[in-house]
Amino acid sequence: MSRVRSLVKRWETVLVVLLLAICVINSIASPYFLDLHNLFDSTQAFTEKAIVALSMTLVIIGRDIDLSVAAIIALCSTAIGWLATLGVGTTGLVAAGLAVGTAAGAFNGLVITRFRIQAIVVTIGTMSLFRGISYAVLGDTAYTSYPEGFEELGQGTLWGLIPYELIAFAILAIGFTVVLHRTVIGRRLFAYGNNPEAALYSGIAVDAHRFWLFTINGTLSGLAAVFLTSRIGATRPNIATSWELDVIAVVVLGGVSILGGSGSLPGVILAVFVMGMLTFGLGLMNVPGIMMSIITGVLLIVAIATPLVLRRIVPRRV
Amino acid sequence: MRSPIQRRDLVLVAILVAMVAAISLRAPVFLSAGSLDTLITDGGILAMMALVQMLALITGGIDLSIAANMALVGMVTALVSRAHPDLPVAITVALSLALGGILGAINGALIALVRMPPIVVTLGTMSLYRGAVFLVSGGAWVNAHEFGPGYLAFPTSRTLGLTHIAWIAAIAILAGYVFLNHAASGRELYALGGNRPAARYVGIRESRALMRVYCLTGLAGGLAGYLWVARYAVAYTETALGFELQTIAACVIGGVSTAGGKGQVLGCLLGAAFLVIILNSLPMIDVSPFWQMAISGAAILAAVVLNSRGEARRGKVILPRAAAAEEVARR
Repeated sequence: MSRVRSLVKRWETVLVVLLLAICVINSIASPYFLDLHNLFDSTQAFTEKAIVALSMTLVIIGRDIDLSVAAIIALCSTAIGWLATLGVGTTGLVAAGLAVGTAAGAFNGLVITRFRIQAIVVTIGTMSLFRGISYAVLGDTAYTSYPEGFEELGQGTLWGLIPYELIAFAILAIGFTVVLHRTVIGRRLFAYGNNPEAALYSGIAVDAHRFWLFTINGTLSGLAAVFLTSRIGATRPNIATSWELDVIAVVVLGGVSILGGSGSLPGVILAVFVMGMLTFGLGLMNVPGIMMSIITGVLLIVAIATPLVLRRIVPRRV
Repeated sequence: MRSPIQRRDLVLVAILVAMVAAISLRAPVFLSAGSLDTLITDGGILAMMALVQMLALITGGIDLSIAANMALVGMVTALVSRAHPDLPVAITVALSLALGGILGAINGALIALVRMPPIVVTLGTMSLYRGAVFLVSGGAWVNAHEFGPGYLAFPTSRTLGLTHIAWIAAIAILAGYVFLNHAASGRELYALGGNRPAARYVGIRESRALMRVYCLTGLAGGLAGYLWVARYAVAYTETALGFELQTIAACVIGGVSTAGGKGQVLGCLLGAAFLVIILNSLPMIDVSPFWQMAISGAAILAAVVLNSRGEARRGKVILPRAAAAEEVARR
């Protein structure tokens, strides 16, 4: 009994059950769901967000938040598009995307730690600034020409089946999970996410960690921009609008406390697939995309409210 | 008792005056009565919404759902107006307040009773309310010619020379000032945001106070939704998209702390004025509107960095040689 209870208590278990339920419902509702090609193909719709969710998880566990990730994607995509018109090759474009993302993330981290301003405030500002630069550069035009082979990154597949994007996500997911849950870096992150002052007194260079987390968040946003630009083959300044909220929602749904200090990457990775499969299934059933917005909202609230309500209703055994 | 006008406010006033002077040197039309009138009307909605956002921020919370609330209530009132063009304005206003109040109460219940973090609740309801706009409208727009004449006329018609939007904002600001500075229930918000355990110990009813805050943001959001839709004579799913961030930006520029416990009506108004002047003046000084977002972003950053330097408190250094201790002191 107690083992069952502790298993149910684990958020990851709930997510696995949810994921299985969604897959079962989807495959009953649509004959096209349980098709390996379709399944792998559907992952492309959320892999870019999933990549950013990895580093966002660490940022949120560290008691911060980054609202500027979607704007960084727009900025990187604009840089990529602009360099492509100058004749820069695929390697150069990828490097540029990563570099611009890293620089933007480092700028966030620098302002936040140097001036001691709350992350939410700084990233609301840089969110306007970064996307604003895209608007200033592009106006109502778009970049649509990229060198030969660039589209392969976001559209290509291994053995005609597994998208490169998904492979990149898998490698990053393993790397981030190991770092967060198996190294001293991860332990320190949980420590200062729980109690920054105590962590500081015990000798953790809190601000240095925060700076690097924002920088890495920028780098992964740059990577997401490379894949996204390559996949859709165009850059408009409104690219990836409001993705920051989708990313944060999936992190919170994955069981990470928005107050910092607790959460797990396996949970977030499961949540990524829950949301992805749900969206895919609804798409197969011809449900308009905006309905997903309602479902995300409800899911987010129910997921966080349920344990809180249960804790009050079910009396705790002394 | 600290003086109500703080140094930071004076700096902000100086920046505003310099900005207005610079803009009107390049485009004297900026200081014309017509232009100022537009400024006040546009600024009115932002000022009112920034004010209620400030209530949430003071308690250490946040309301990300206010723009979605505006869009949903705006759409519902628009649909009602299309079906019944001769509906009296008073009923439209009452409807928008009631609907907005309900949406706010949903936030309030989840935050005050279930005790969920406000940022998570309002992130969720933001998606939910925005999706609901699509649901009630079927994704269609309500266009200018479909509204009842009274519906469109009220917000921009005038009493004593000022538009009704400006009057409503003025009343909201005055009420906000009295509430925050002279009502016990307003002072409670500072206590809750400043030191929650202490506030509990002195007997402040936390749930009731939080419920009140989010009902107020909801009420104001509903009313602003109607005003917004009528002012721009169109209702669609993306109405006021991203406006919640503008209200937060106005607060932050005005020195409201997102950590709670700090914020004054004057600062909030100056922050709103700052944003509205920047956004409205760019076309006049021949800056492409496409620069608007970048410039407002840079301005927000500059303002918060300046604020943070003005606010930097010199703590007492207990262990002079320990770098860590110094870092703690600077916090």
